[in-house]
Amino acid sequence: MDVLNVDYMLGLVPVLLRYLPLTLQLATVGMVLALILACLFAVVRVLAIPVLNQLTIVFISFFRGTPLLVQLFLFYYGLPQLVSALTVIDGITATIMGLTMHFSAYMAESIRAAIVGVDRSQTEAALSIGMTNGQLMRRIVLPQATRVALPTLMNYFIDMIKATSLAFTLGVTELMGATQKEASGSFLYFEAFIVAAIMYWIVVELLSKLQHYLEIRLNKAYSR
Amino acid sequence: MIKLQSLSKHFGKAVVLDGIDLTIEKGEIVVIIGPSGTGKSTLLRCINFLEQPTAGTITVGDLTVDADSASRAEVLAMRRQTAFVFQNYALFANKTARQNIAERLLVVDRWPKEKAYQRAREILEQIGLADKADAYPASMSGGQQQRVGIGRAMAAGAEVILFDEPTSSLDPEWVEEVLGLMKQLASERQTMMVVTHEMSFARDVADRVIFIDGGRIVEQGPPSEIFFHPQDPRTKDFLKKILATNPV
Repeated sequence: MDVLNVDYMLGLVPVLLRYLPLTLQLATVGMVLALILACLFAVVRVLAIPVLNQLTIVFISFFRGTPLLVQLFLFYYGLPQLVSALTVIDGITATIMGLTMHFSAYMAESIRAAIVGVDRSQTEAALSIGMTNGQLMRRIVLPQATRVALPTLMNYFIDMIKATSLAFTLGVTELMGATQKEASGSFLYFEAFIVAAIMYWIVVELLSKLQHYLEIRLNKAYSR
Repeated sequence: MIKLQSLSKHFGKAVVLDGIDLTIEKGEIVVIIGPSGTGKSTLLRCINFLEQPTAGTITVGDLTVDADSASRAEVLAMRRQTAFVFQNYALFANKTARQNIAERLLVVDRWPKEKAYQRAREILEQIGLADKADAYPASMSGGQQQRVGIGRAMAAGAEVILFDEPTSSLDPEWVEEVLGLMKQLASERQTMMVVTHEMSFARDVADRVIFIDGGRIVEQGPPSEIFFHPQDPRTKDFLKKILATNPV
């Protein structure tokens, strides 16, 4: 009985592997931008900077409160309609914009919680030796908050890698898009998507290993 | 020299410091005593601007800052003239003993790395923790952490070191090593203001003891007078209570 066409699956691996870099690129660029944005949001929230704080609250509320797919369609199909200069926006750019804003909203909250969790007396100690607020954040608070936030941030990164698959709805041929094309040519949907699933799975497993390694490194200062 | 003029601090309606006037000479060791919640810690914290004073002026060295109109730059400058030792040590948990001490020199005074670490090494020798240079706070005893906390304050080269109950959080076994280090600093005539309940330290080391109650200086003088011939009934009452558990 021919349940699975294994030869087809093996043949598909090198074909799909060519699209994996784009998937990883979308996730990595999205993650870096989202981290930067999330740190800014978190600092604005912690310091309660007037006006910016309120704007940030609304931004976070919107991007946490609406589906990522809706946001992607808004950026890709909606924005060009509003601003004609944005007609050149391509699927990849729209995906990165969507991933960045969507995930920065989530990450801002976990970074904020991690910052607030750093022992208040260390903040006083840093101020007492004459550090500025910026120096205090960079050298004392953020390094410690990173350790606390790392597991959650890695979870969001993993989530983001999987969310890149939505880019195929904007016509981007990344891993998911390529699999869809291959499958509709061969009609071997099960085989094709199993190969894609395993590829996502392996990437995520490798990341989990990296997370474990980073946690041990960052915990070095805190073990007796 | 340190000069406080009409220094006041209000928290809402509560008056914690009620017009403190105080002059401390360079090299003087001043111990501040008094009941809990009477503004002793707040006084130190106002000098370092960890609390914004409500009114009054603070002079440390050649820097005078008016509480009403203190700018950010003046606050930073005042903090750089003064150093603070915290009750709970407040070491930077992500930095080693050596880095904790060098941090200010690197970041605030912008010394080159090598020079800052050289200075940190000298201080570690002085505080008897040369072997703990690369240890993180989590792996040190309370006494060791507080000695690093004092080392961090020493690195500042500040006009005055402000000690806010430096031994109150310590297990009894670590108190002596911290007091010993403070005595060593006192013998080098480092200007110090110390809030403490260690009455024997006050008697042995202080040039002047100040008794604060209700946000005011009630009585001050050399330890021999304050401890053995207190004038004000509040001082007498406080000493009677504290000396019962903490004899000089």
